[in-house]
Amino acid sequence: MSRIDFDTAHLLAGSLVLISFLELYQDRLYALLNVYAMHALVLAASVAWQAFVQDAPHLYITAAIALVFKAIIIPVTLHRMIVRLGIHREIEKAVGVGPVMLAGIGLVALSMVVMLRVTHEADPLAREDLAFALSVILLGLLMMVTRRNAVSQVVGFMSLENGLVLAATGAKGMPLVVEISVAFSILIAFIVIGIFLFRIRERFDTVDVQALDRFRGERR
Amino acid sequence: MVLITDLAIQGAQMLLVLFLAPLFTGLVRKVKARLLRRQGPPLIQPYLDLVRLMRKEVVLADSASWLFRVIPYLIFAATWVAASLVPTFRTGLLFSWSADLIAIIALLGSGRFFLALAGLDVGTSFGGIGSSREVMIASLAEPAMIMIVFTLALIAGSTQLSTIAEFMVSPQVGLRVSLGLALVGLVMVAIAENGRVPIDNPATHLELTMVHEAMVLEYSGRHLALIEIAASLKLILYVSLLACLFVPWGIESTGASVPTLAVGILAYLGKLALGAFLLALFETSIAKMRVFRVPEFLGMALMLGLLATLLRFVSGSF
Amino acid sequence: MTLAIVLACAGALLALAAFAVAIGRSAAASRIVYGASMIVAAISLATAAMHLLGGRAPESLTLPVGVPWLGSHFRLDALSAFFLVVVDFGALCASLFALGYGEHETAPGRVLPFYSAFLAGMTLVVIADDAFTFLLSWEFMSLSSWALVMSHHRVPDNVRAGYVYLVMASFGTLSLLLGFGLLAGPDGFYTFEQMRAAHPSAALSALALILALIGAGSKAGIVPLHAWLPLAHPAAPSHVSALMSGVMTKVAVYGFVRIAFELAGAPAWWWSIVVLALGGITAVMGVLYALMQHDLKRLLAYHTVENIGIIFIGLGLALAFKSYGMPFAAALALTAALLHVFNHSLFKSLLFFGAGAVLTATGERDMEHLGGLIHRMPQTAFVFLVGCAAISALPPLNGFVSEWLTFQAMLLSPQLPSWGLKLLVPAVGALLALSAALAAACFVKAYGVTFLGRPRTPAAESAVETDRFSLAAMMLLAAFCLLIGVLPGLFIDALAPVSSALIGAHMPEQTGTQWLAIVPIGASRSSYDGLLVFLFMVIAGTLAAFAIHRLASDRLRRAPAWDCGYPDPNPATQYTATSFAEPIRRVFGTMVFRASEHVEMPPPGDTRPARLTVHITDPIWDAIYLPLAAGIGFAADRLNRLQFLTIRQFLSLVFGALVFLLLVLAVWS
Repeated sequence: MSRIDFDTAHLLAGSLVLISFLELYQDRLYALLNVYAMHALVLAASVAWQAFVQDAPHLYITAAIALVFKAIIIPVTLHRMIVRLGIHREIEKAVGVGPVMLAGIGLVALSMVVMLRVTHEADPLAREDLAFALSVILLGLLMMVTRRNAVSQVVGFMSLENGLVLAATGAKGMPLVVEISVAFSILIAFIVIGIFLFRIRERFDTVDVQALDRFRGERR
Repeated sequence: MVLITDLAIQGAQMLLVLFLAPLFTGLVRKVKARLLRRQGPPLIQPYLDLVRLMRKEVVLADSASWLFRVIPYLIFAATWVAASLVPTFRTGLLFSWSADLIAIIALLGSGRFFLALAGLDVGTSFGGIGSSREVMIASLAEPAMIMIVFTLALIAGSTQLSTIAEFMVSPQVGLRVSLGLALVGLVMVAIAENGRVPIDNPATHLELTMVHEAMVLEYSGRHLALIEIAASLKLILYVSLLACLFVPWGIESTGASVPTLAVGILAYLGKLALGAFLLALFETSIAKMRVFRVPEFLGMALMLGLLATLLRFVSGSF
Repeated sequence: MTLAIVLACAGALLALAAFAVAIGRSAAASRIVYGASMIVAAISLATAAMHLLGGRAPESLTLPVGVPWLGSHFRLDALSAFFLVVVDFGALCASLFALGYGEHETAPGRVLPFYSAFLAGMTLVVIADDAFTFLLSWEFMSLSSWALVMSHHRVPDNVRAGYVYLVMASFGTLSLLLGFGLLAGPDGFYTFEQMRAAHPSAALSALALILALIGAGSKAGIVPLHAWLPLAHPAAPSHVSALMSGVMTKVAVYGFVRIAFELAGAPAWWWSIVVLALGGITAVMGVLYALMQHDLKRLLAYHTVENIGIIFIGLGLALAFKSYGMPFAAALALTAALLHVFNHSLFKSLLFFGAGAVLTATGERDMEHLGGLIHRMPQTAFVFLVGCAAISALPPLNGFVSEWLTFQAMLLSPQLPSWGLKLLVPAVGALLALSAALAAACFVKAYGVTFLGRPRTPAAESAVETDRFSLAAMMLLAAFCLLIGVLPGLFIDALAPVSSALIGAHMPEQTGTQWLAIVPIGASRSSYDGLLVFLFMVIAGTLAAFAIHRLASDRLRRAPAWDCGYPDPNPATQYTATSFAEPIRRVFGTMVFRASEHVEMPPPGDTRPARLTVHITDPIWDAIYLPLAAGIGFAADRLNRLQFLTIRQFLSLVFGALVFLLLVLAVWS
């Protein structure tokens, strides 16, 4: 594993973390979708680089799936969906960029500490890529937790899955069938979420999940 | 003998940045104008502006003090000293060990301190607007810059700018994550510190959009000329900094032979031209932010710097 | 020999205090007392400096006064000598300032005796060599400064300030008492000599460190124990405020350094985490509080909290390096912290003297009633500007040197193996950089609103320059600020004996470097040359002035301000301190202070003015002090019932206590 391979893999994984931070920073839905498309693009590049370095041609297919589905089809579909929902002009009132960013840094630090301590004996490239992947997963979760708009939560969920793919390709030898099954389950989940979004919108005239709280059964 | 050539090169660097600064500003304006399908002012317009300002009479407000008259010289001195220490066509400047990157940032900070005082000196509300916004921007931009300096120092093993530049030219540097994060952070900080779009519009005189212009509103004549050239020097300093750190090819580390120096100067001019083009492109493609979005923007830069430093602390290979 | 001289000076100050009680009413009393204390402080300063720079061996002395079987031990070693220099230089400048300022004192009899006593107390703390003498001098220092805080007791704010100060000081002394008790052990080894030789267990030394941090930290002003500082420091007369902020907090730092680096044994790895975290939080909270203030002295007091945070960051790094056996890095961090101790005492005293000069000239402490003083008090304005530039860490002054050294120490810390430190040090570095930038903002506000602009009240319009003594003191301090900034190598070498004594290593020799630069680690790594930077700036400025003089027109005309074509003759339209801090209040204050603004607009037709109210809460006061005070009040109310028992109940209480003690004796023996 030469120096340049190491560094490029790190660079791509680190860019994925950077783009996760950019996602947390966005508060307009169109911009968020564009950043998510960039996230998927960098993931595709990272997987393709791993395929090149590990000499595993089936990972090229994973990269192609990431590129076609996650970087093109899903953002375009979500784009159309939010235009139909009519929420494309909304400004997301997230928890406040400052505390979210600080929490993000804390999560990255936490995943560094955890991963680098737990995997002491493993191959250094894999360890550090796993640390980055765990950061992307945690940042995706953070996004789901701090957003009120359901579409943003879906984007958070998708970036979480990107992190999982990064982790899986980083460790050598992820078989293709795992990737396909994960991708299809995500696709089904995505379709179901989309259907529910429209139903929610029909019923309650909003997709703000905070507002849904009012219509729950028993209250305090 | 070596001392004489080193001294000559240091002096040449100082004069080079001083004379190129207005040309750089003129180039940025020209490219912006062309991108907006205008003719734009001639490239040497900033020089003509400076000459015009120097010939004019200074109109001083009744309530301005002696500090108001001295501050332009202080700002110019601090910025020129800082700009002379950033390697442009050759590293290993003679006095590079007298002030490292932290000292350069602090010199720029002292320029900003005095400019903010100048805004408050005359006792108008416009000056107060500029000063209070400027210190808010500085309160986040300066820590972000220091974090970026930490990252670079931890990678290169020194805070001395010449040493860092030499390290960046050498093959050991590699593509590091923390360098990528530091690059993005440094670009964001450079835009904020120089008051370019989207933080501040350098061509505006509207209260809603002024930061730098509001602080220098009461200056005229030769004082305003000094402040304008100090601002141009600051811009060329940041572009030279980005060039010597992240686009270091062409910088010579030792040797003073004419061909190597000529290559270095030509490379530097090329980098300046590229920087001017990219800056103009960026400024025309993005709108100015609301003032209270700026802390979020700079907070992002601070987080990037902090993340890059954290990664360097955690592992030497990041 | 030197120790005897220092003790004699302390005794002279105590005698002066008694003398001041006697002559309190006479007209020349303040001149005599301040002049005499200045001379005594100068003698003590010269002695201590000779001891420190001469690299002499430590001297000890035992006086038969005090506790019968113990006596009072005193010792002058490198650390004591350094802090003695800090104390005496501050005392010298304060006495010089007070020669002029003291003439305006309305109740000199309440200030003069306690002033000398205060100086004596601080001197004795620094040279004490056993726990009793240390605590006695510490309490004496606290009580005399309390008396000085209460000197203007008719002002209601001062009474509250004195009360809070007394409570916090007692609490701090209690902590220190317990800490020393732990270190003394069951055999009662109260002298420092015995404590140095003992090897306490890890748990014991950890507990002693925590108690020392609480005790000394509360006197120094660490968050969350800082609450008394911004109340008490502004209440005292200005020269005393300068001493309390600039010197007494440093005596508290001395206490902490003595215990943490010497008496408590070898440091554990996690001590530095606590100190670093507290230091970082203190630095940022202190400067944020300072930015919200518009009372000049309160702003300066809160700013002291920030600088104490910076000092504790340096001390934390030194502890970290020491516990992992990296002596040179520890020496760098310790030198940075101690240099900041000296620098801060210089520029904080300078700023408080300036505030005192403004107070006597205008009668106002509130910045929003001042303005334009640069025209009326030009020399005060100039030295105050030097102080503001120094405290904002601008090169080529001294604040930048200590901050630069702290950053260099931080850049050595990736070598530390602890994970906690690996994550904490970058965060603390970011906090330090943030506090430095906010400090510059704070002092642009303080200087700009007070001295620049147009006068906002008639009091500001009619200010006059202060007297020669005050100006002399301020100029002396400003000259030293520049001197340390330009020749930092000399002062770093002067600190070498201190770090050798505490850590066993010291920074490389700075004299003899090229062009008097400072090279903290190695020439290839980093260096800073204050002299050259200063010369470059002077040359560049002169060249610019010369070029402008030759090439540009020199005509000048005065006219009303341009103000974009909307000139307003009313000085109330210019920016106030509150409005200047508004952007920063919105960015940081909404999260930290729950800051909110509220505008009341009267309906059309109503001629009342509109009002803007800014509401800020103090999170630490609300979260810690109020519940604690409420709890104590509740407990006190309950216990108050004991006052109203019948005679039979009192007797049964006594009877019950006696029976209980007999039972204990029976069961336990």
